[in-house]
Amino acid sequence: MVKTAAGNAFSAAEGHNNKSIRYHSLTALYQKEMADHVTGKRFIIILILVIAMTIASVYGAVTGIGSALKDAAADPKASFDASFMFLKLFSTGGSSIPSYMSLIALIGPFIGLILGFDSINAEKNSGTLNRLVSQPIYRDSIIIGKFLASSTLITVMIFSTGIAVGCAGFLCSGIRPTGEELVRLLIYLIFTDIYVCFWLAMAMLFSVFTRHATTSALSSIALWLFFAIFMSLLAGIMANAAYPVNTEYEQAVNGLKNYDLNLNLNRLSPYYLYSEAGSVLMNPATRAINAVSYAQLVGALRGYLPLGQSLLLIWPHLVGLLALTFAAFTISYVGFMRQEIRGN
Amino acid sequence: MTDTPIIRIMDLTKAYGSKTAVDHLNLEIRRGEIFGLLGPNGAGKTTTILMLLGLTEPTHGMALIDGHDCTRQSMLVKRITGYMPDNIGFYSDMTGRENLRFMARLNGIPEHEINPLIDGLLEKVGMTHAADQKTETYSKGMRQRLGIADVLIKDPEVIIMDEPTTGLDPEGMREFLSLIKQLSVEDKKTILVSSHQLYQIQQICDRVGIFVDGNLIACGGIDELGSQIETEGHYTLEIETEPCDSRFLGFIEGLKGMTGITKNGNTFVINSSEDLREEITKYLITNEYKLLHLHQKGGDLDEIYRVYFKEAEKEGDDSDGKDGSRKRLFGRRGA
Repeated sequence: MVKTAAGNAFSAAEGHNNKSIRYHSLTALYQKEMADHVTGKRFIIILILVIAMTIASVYGAVTGIGSALKDAAADPKASFDASFMFLKLFSTGGSSIPSYMSLIALIGPFIGLILGFDSINAEKNSGTLNRLVSQPIYRDSIIIGKFLASSTLITVMIFSTGIAVGCAGFLCSGIRPTGEELVRLLIYLIFTDIYVCFWLAMAMLFSVFTRHATTSALSSIALWLFFAIFMSLLAGIMANAAYPVNTEYEQAVNGLKNYDLNLNLNRLSPYYLYSEAGSVLMNPATRAINAVSYAQLVGALRGYLPLGQSLLLIWPHLVGLLALTFAAFTISYVGFMRQEIRGN
Repeated sequence: MTDTPIIRIMDLTKAYGSKTAVDHLNLEIRRGEIFGLLGPNGAGKTTTILMLLGLTEPTHGMALIDGHDCTRQSMLVKRITGYMPDNIGFYSDMTGRENLRFMARLNGIPEHEINPLIDGLLEKVGMTHAADQKTETYSKGMRQRLGIADVLIKDPEVIIMDEPTTGLDPEGMREFLSLIKQLSVEDKKTILVSSHQLYQIQQICDRVGIFVDGNLIACGGIDELGSQIETEGHYTLEIETEPCDSRFLGFIEGLKGMTGITKNGNTFVINSSEDLREEITKYLITNEYKLLHLHQKGGDLDEIYRVYFKEAEKEGDDSDGKDGSRKRLFGRRGA
């Protein structure tokens, strides 16, 4: 009886101890990673990138909306949609400057890649990882701490640029946001955050499985280029090969299938997934993202989707992006836990 | 208490595919001793150490440190074991002090105890003057000393060092070894040092184990191993002459007590049961040979090493790579 009581007390103390080990080691690692990021040189690169992006998109949006308004004033018959003007600050570009949304879809991944591409293998090569894993900490604290620190930084950056663009646009144009617009913007920024974290997880995955930081940087950039540029080309080619649409007859028979296949292949790319979700969120006039037949359109009224309906439309996108992020992180987590770490 | 083993290795085996890195190792290390794990590169020393720390799983067998299973209770083991890896790495953009502080936080040392602890350790290893420099500016010797401070942060009972003396200059080496000795004598730490550098280790170790191809082929105090060789009653003489002809070879072969001779370039290596130096030098002088090099190998660690390597070679089949590394070892000795 006494023995069991003592045993229980011991295991309880042990359990408490383990929790506190988890806590203080994770805190120490998280703080160290944060300090590393913020004081490092690459943070300056990211900062320049983000500031340039913010200024360019505000300038583009304000001039773009301005010229659209001028056109509308000159020609009273031209229809100008004045609803959800605040969101247009994010989705409108200038004559040659892309919008905030398309800029961040392209540049956002870079931030993730820069923060993650050498997180594990650089420490392995410098011999510090060796020293870390021989401390009385759980090994997963290392990779979790790194991911959390980088994703915190990403979150701070995404939200500050989003809010900065909103504020600057508000000051320059005098467009006042409505409540719904703010909620839509918030959800869009959360989406962006997950999207960039996916690229962070991807870069970390490469850094776990490659030996050199350059290899992981190049492979993750290659993957990003593939998804951003080549995936849509590839999807088109594959769809055309499966369902040719060269003649009028083929067009009539295969048209829908071709379009669907093309779209679904494209949606394998996180870049496309994110862009599509962003356009639904930030443009309430988007009512459908799949092919819609004429029969379905009969009697439809032109109008805006309420927020709930927009969310319903992009729910699969959100789940898909989250799943991709978790998959990438899980693979790198398992790989890291199973790796034998020895000195160089 | 000094004689109870703190590290017990039982039948420990690690195989990578078909290659066995560590082969049924049995070893006990006593509390408070300095144990030298000697062997050429690739003998399985680092693998053994990784298994002791629970960083890699043994294929077979187990190891205990202070009664804790190294594989299953690695957290407990790592709490009492300090590990200084080969080529120890520090965060290069942090100062020495910051590196230590980070380690202290990882070990859960309360914030108010950290600064006095670090100051004391820096003092102990003689690094106070460079504590606030970034570690990228440190020399190899400084890194090793900071490494010792780093290991001591958690006040371990066992310290494991993997090739700690590689790349140190003679002065740095001397200081480093005296520091290790001090840890053992003053702080009563148990220290396991792996190395391929025989002489340095010889100076400080209480016992050594010679490790070749995953097998511990000899284990004991230096004196024990030395006397083992002497009782086998053979001498080895290295001699290099000019010219190095067959007449001289014939003379040597005719000597009493000669048991074997091998020619290696211009050098003869003569094994014998008696000391032949006097007869040979007399012969060389009277016949006007030029003596270039003469070395009688005695019961030093190098000799121990050589003898046991030979035994290992006789027993097992060897890959070419291993042979190469061994020849380099001898080459360094001859130079």
